[in-house]
Amino acid sequence: MNPLNSFRVALRAILRNKLRSFLTTLGIVIGVGAVIAMMAIGAGAKAQVEQAFAAMGTNVLIVLPGSTSAGGVRGGFGSMATLTWDDLDAIRTEVATVKRAAPSLRASLPVVSEDQNWTTSVTGTSPEYFDIRTWPIALGTAFTQSDVDGGAKVIVLGQTVVDKLYGPNANPVGQTVRVGSTPFQVVGVVAKKGQSATGQDYDDAAFIPFSTFAQKVQGGLGKFLQGQVMVEATGADTTTRAQQDITALLRDRHHLARGADDDFSIRNLSEIADARQQGTQTMTLLLASVAAVSLLVGGIGIMNIMLVSVTERTREIGIRMAVGAEPHHILTQFLIEALALSLAGGLIGVAGGIGAATWLANRFQWPVLLQPDVIGVSVGFSALVGVAFGIYPARKASRLDPIEALRFE
Amino acid sequence: MGEPVIDLTDVTKVYPTGDVSLRALDGVTLRVGEGEFVAIMGSSGSGKSTLMNIVGCLDRPTGGTYILAGRRVSGMSRAELARVRNRVVGFVFQQFNLLSRTSALENVELPLEYAGVAGRARRKRATDALQRVGLGQRLHHHPNQLSGGQQQRVAIARAIVNDPKVILADEPTGALDSRTSVDVMAIFQGLWRTGITVVLVTHEPDIAEFASRVVTMKDGRLLSDVRQEPRAAAPAAGEPSS
Repeated sequence: MNPLNSFRVALRAILRNKLRSFLTTLGIVIGVGAVIAMMAIGAGAKAQVEQAFAAMGTNVLIVLPGSTSAGGVRGGFGSMATLTWDDLDAIRTEVATVKRAAPSLRASLPVVSEDQNWTTSVTGTSPEYFDIRTWPIALGTAFTQSDVDGGAKVIVLGQTVVDKLYGPNANPVGQTVRVGSTPFQVVGVVAKKGQSATGQDYDDAAFIPFSTFAQKVQGGLGKFLQGQVMVEATGADTTTRAQQDITALLRDRHHLARGADDDFSIRNLSEIADARQQGTQTMTLLLASVAAVSLLVGGIGIMNIMLVSVTERTREIGIRMAVGAEPHHILTQFLIEALALSLAGGLIGVAGGIGAATWLANRFQWPVLLQPDVIGVSVGFSALVGVAFGIYPARKASRLDPIEALRFE
Repeated sequence: MGEPVIDLTDVTKVYPTGDVSLRALDGVTLRVGEGEFVAIMGSSGSGKSTLMNIVGCLDRPTGGTYILAGRRVSGMSRAELARVRNRVVGFVFQQFNLLSRTSALENVELPLEYAGVAGRARRKRATDALQRVGLGQRLHHHPNQLSGGQQQRVAIARAIVNDPKVILADEPTGALDSRTSVDVMAIFQGLWRTGITVVLVTHEPDIAEFASRVVTMKDGRLLSDVRQEPRAAAPAAGEPSS
């Protein structure tokens, strides 16, 4: 008896009790459907988090200056300038695990075009900044090191600022805008980056050379760096190492005694990203266990119905044995039937899961990511459930005594 | 009488029922030669059906030896017995035992499926077998669309489709009226005349008249063993209306 024939016989037996077969597979349908939908949602959320952190730049560390402490009130990190421009140079040149570093001096300032104005976050920095944040220039160019050296009055605008000042899709390169009372020439526009993980608009920003920023906004370029330092490590595996190296370097440069608190702080963005990832992983694991329970219940349902089926068809089994069916023929027949049931449930579940995920994506604008390997594994697992729970009823059928089976009414 | 096809020596069958065990067969020795048409008679409880099940390899004897077509059957595994049932014997039951909701053709194909005959060859052999029993026009009818006599002929077609050495029939006319019974017996006689050994169980003396040898049983033993000139059954002309 070839497998195709067994499958046809199984299919006919299943279709003989359509409603019963459908209800039997429901457990598997729900289990597989839940896995597909939930994994799609989980993967979507994970991808979104990854994307958001990638937008910050990969392997990025942020060095913040220390806190003020006046009359017992501690001001929080960044409230006092403890980082010097020499510190920045030291980080750049003395730490092997650091690839690039750039200052980031920030203030919220009005940017004025000929007929519009928009208050945005203006950052004073160096050209490396765009590389650290992997932020390409869409129009024009970034400012250069000689712009920084010469304190040039040039500005790179974010997409949102361009929209507000010149309207969507405008090309402002070559135009002049004023920041405060100082005129700046627009040399470039950075590519659209979207929102941060916390909903902040990255594109609502403008960038000028830090030397110009210090002169025009902070009233002169002093010893201390009135902002933070963005650092890119040489690779994902060296980020933590770079953090340790910079800490050691700065403690040494600031002559901090052993046991004294750091007068700066280093944020490791990949650590934050990892923590977020772990959150989603826990969620995924939870959902997977719910799905596993559902599949287990579905499997028990299949076993139950297969036992009923074997009893109902005892006479048929007897007839088949009487004309020469060997025990393994009967075993295979019922196993294939259980397999067909669970596999059908799995496939319906896949369709349902994809449907649910698509619906959620459309209805609630959730980020949903369908993974082919998850679909493959779920279908495979449902088949496994069918075989695992079908084997007992099938063995029972194959061990029936032909005479007893034929006498069964 | 040629070579013995069925060779039973001192076969016993004991059913353990509580304290007292029931001896359904109590030392039966029987040899049936190739080309014989044997009717086994006896009242109910005489052990004739038990004997038939053992001869048909559906059941295994408690003691004694059974050699079927030169092969020792007593002591075979379940799978080996299944192969013997598939290839050496063809069984016809009183209650037809056809698969319901399955066409006549597919019912007849069933033994061929288990024999590993596939596709067109299987279809052709099953069609031929149904034509031999006069059901060439009813290939795709389901059992519930056929009369009792027609169902029994489907069952006979199923029994002969794998070219067995022996046809075994347990009360094949028990569920049929007398006219249809004669038609069915005519088919058995026709098969017998082509050289197939036929053994049937019946409790009706007029059915036994169609056989060439009548064995009578009582209380699990052979009572008598008589050879006779078989009465010719009116050959079934084409397809009877039954």
